[in-house]
Amino acid sequence: MANLTSNFIGIKSPNPFWLASAPPTDKAYNVERAYEAGWGGVVWKTLGSEGPPVVNVSGPRYGAIWGADRRLLGLNNIELITDRPLQINLDEIKAVKRKWRDRALVISLMVPCDEESWKDILHRIEDTEADGVELNFGCPHGMAERGMGSAVGQVPEYIEMVTRWVKKHSRMPCIVKLTPNINDIRKPAEAAHRGGADAVSLINTINSITSVNLDSFAPEPMIDGKGTHGGYCGPAVKPIALNMVAEIARNPATRDLPISGIGGVTTWRDAAEFLALGAGNVQVCTAAMTYGFKIVSEMISGLSDYLDDKGMALSDLVGRATPNVTDWQFLNLNYVTKAVINQDDCIKCGRCFAACEDTSHQAIAMSADRTFTVKDEECVACNLCVNVCPVQDCITMVEVPKGGVDLRTGRKVGDYANWTMHPNNPSVAAAE
Amino acid sequence: MPNSPQTPGIVAQRLPSAQVAQNFATYMPAYDAHEARVAADRCYFCHDAPCMTACPTAIDIPLFIRQIATGTPDAAAKTILAQNIMGGMCARVCPTETLCEEVCVREVAEGKPVEIGRLQRYATDSLMAKGVHPFTRAADTGKRVAVVGAGPAGLSCAHRLALHGHTVTVYDRKPKAGGLNEYGIAAYKSTDDFAAREVEWLLKIGGITVETGKELGRDMTLDGLESSFDAVFLGIGLGGVNALGLGGEDMAGVSNAVDFIADLRQAADKSTLTIGREVVVIGGGMTAVDAAVQAKLLGAQTVTMVYRRGKEKMSASVYEQDHATASGVTIVYGAAPMKIVGAGKVEGVEFRYESGEAFTLKADQVFKAIGQTLVGEPIARDGKKLVQRAGKVWAGGDCAAGGEDLTVTAVAQGRDAAEEMNSVLMGAGA
Repeated sequence: MANLTSNFIGIKSPNPFWLASAPPTDKAYNVERAYEAGWGGVVWKTLGSEGPPVVNVSGPRYGAIWGADRRLLGLNNIELITDRPLQINLDEIKAVKRKWRDRALVISLMVPCDEESWKDILHRIEDTEADGVELNFGCPHGMAERGMGSAVGQVPEYIEMVTRWVKKHSRMPCIVKLTPNINDIRKPAEAAHRGGADAVSLINTINSITSVNLDSFAPEPMIDGKGTHGGYCGPAVKPIALNMVAEIARNPATRDLPISGIGGVTTWRDAAEFLALGAGNVQVCTAAMTYGFKIVSEMISGLSDYLDDKGMALSDLVGRATPNVTDWQFLNLNYVTKAVINQDDCIKCGRCFAACEDTSHQAIAMSADRTFTVKDEECVACNLCVNVCPVQDCITMVEVPKGGVDLRTGRKVGDYANWTMHPNNPSVAAAE
Repeated sequence: MPNSPQTPGIVAQRLPSAQVAQNFATYMPAYDAHEARVAADRCYFCHDAPCMTACPTAIDIPLFIRQIATGTPDAAAKTILAQNIMGGMCARVCPTETLCEEVCVREVAEGKPVEIGRLQRYATDSLMAKGVHPFTRAADTGKRVAVVGAGPAGLSCAHRLALHGHTVTVYDRKPKAGGLNEYGIAAYKSTDDFAAREVEWLLKIGGITVETGKELGRDMTLDGLESSFDAVFLGIGLGGVNALGLGGEDMAGVSNAVDFIADLRQAADKSTLTIGREVVVIGGGMTAVDAAVQAKLLGAQTVTMVYRRGKEKMSASVYEQDHATASGVTIVYGAAPMKIVGAGKVEGVEFRYESGEAFTLKADQVFKAIGQTLVGEPIARDGKKLVQRAGKVWAGGDCAAGGEDLTVTAVAQGRDAAEEMNSVLMGAGA
């Protein structure tokens, strides 16, 4: 059993699996159930300023998309920050933290964009003994219309300014939560870094409409015949989140900035991928909302077994894949692979054939008895057949060794050479 | 209750009426919408799908399943019915385990095919429950066609002809239309009078008149039909039953399985039907299985099905055999009937294994199910089956050459004959 103990910017937890600031961390009841289930930490659902709490809709607040067997793939929400009185939250946080000393408890905050508001809330939470704060600059719905959430997160100068206020008025570790609803994720991360943030967490949810009701002609979730964009999360957003984490992790300006990885983490494998790309821990929400808190058991056993198999410590995994994230122009254009179909595993569905014949390079042959074989002289190794095959690892990409001949081009496989060295690149020609 | 499974002789009400009714109602329940979605999601939408190739009516199975998965079961039904107008009955009686589902790639991969038959039933039931007939008859061509036999072949042919605008008269010697769908399918597979409802629904295309109680050779002649119609289709099935060729076949308690099956279909309260305490069924086909299983459902204490050859030769599928044994039927393989034993009424049947060893099974009721045969000779015959007369008389279904004694094959042959007839009648074909 690998040691999964996590130390993220000085905040210790028995494992790197935290629950993200969201409905599952709305109150003591849920948070205690999460700790009992084994979660390493939670980020308490976002608190607002003292005063009358925000009000949520009383109709549906979630929309979703599904895969086969109604597997939930993506979820969006139009829920706002906590709608419970501030003092109740503060009392519960304090009581829970005292009871669960070994678990991480971070408080998410969102108040108006002025120094007094931030100073005030920071002083109010000081007494809770929480481990840190997370600045919610991410939520794309509702609060953004009031100048908070992603309205701040989309302006790097505001991020820097507010982060400075927080570091000035609090000694707590400060995590800045970033919105993905922006062109270049590196800019807000750099701003948080300049402002003195101890870490960034990402991604918050993505602007989205999950579906349209074709009887009412309105977006879902629908409130009295109208809908609005909501924040999208769940397995479907993982690729977007992974890229953004990697962008920050490999950016020279932020490569030392710790990252809490968020976005579609559903299994131990997803978590390991975020860690490998540079996240120091992960935060989970949709998977817990879909399956309940118990999923953390699988995450713990899976990550532990993986680390044991690899003979790695948790810290060895963090950032291990980051150096292998590069720009397209540096990819080896002399790396040649060909698809190979394992005939023993093939169930003869023919989807690889349909995909290749109709939409790709006509590189798969189909015999009268439904044997499917790759035509190496046509195969460009696009990987589409691998991706549409229902049997995992039935089709694999096999490298043509250096010195071997690529039957498609008739050329021998040569040494590493990328676009910056390629004769078709106008920049290369100009330099000569 | 006057009787029990242990009551000697051939008696009625071995089980309470409600129990019998339940026995016949629970064979394969229809999917609800959730089950159908779950089952449909398993389909891989294969390219040039093997299931489609295996279907005698070539239904576009991946398409109709995708239509179910996307919440349009009526569109799915239309996909099915465009190829097979009796898709509802075929969904109930097709041996899918030896057709579409046998070659489903998920059967190959996991031993668990997509449940194509049940999905087909879900789609066709959904549409038929609305009472909608999804096809519209073309303008009247003025051509008139006689169809003899209102079974799957004849009705499929009639529907396709009507669709093309021809006017069709269907004759059948039985009091009800439907043929084997009405009289030959096991009662537990066609519940709630489905065969009759399907016929009624099929006829909504219009342009088809059904005349029951009319038998070829008795009430009309082929020559007469040929002279008064533009074309004739023969789908008369196999009216005769093969005999064992043993002494004692006429003994009380010995009867044909097909008659037993027909009686079951027509009985409103099946518990009023008589059945023996120790029943022996001779044969190895679907008819034998249907008779044996239903004898058990009626409350027979022991039912033994005896087949002269080995398990692998049995024409009933492994699935059907398993269903029989799960229903409490004992199957004996490789034993040929030698003698009906009894004095006036049957008391047992003597069999002999291939090894020569003989044994006698005690029996108070014996059903013969060793195949059916064509009776009457309306037109030229090729061996045992009919051949069609070019350009004027077509044949299809069990009575015709090339049939497989399956409902779905009969439907395909009726449909294809109608297309040929249409070409000839409209001058486009040979």
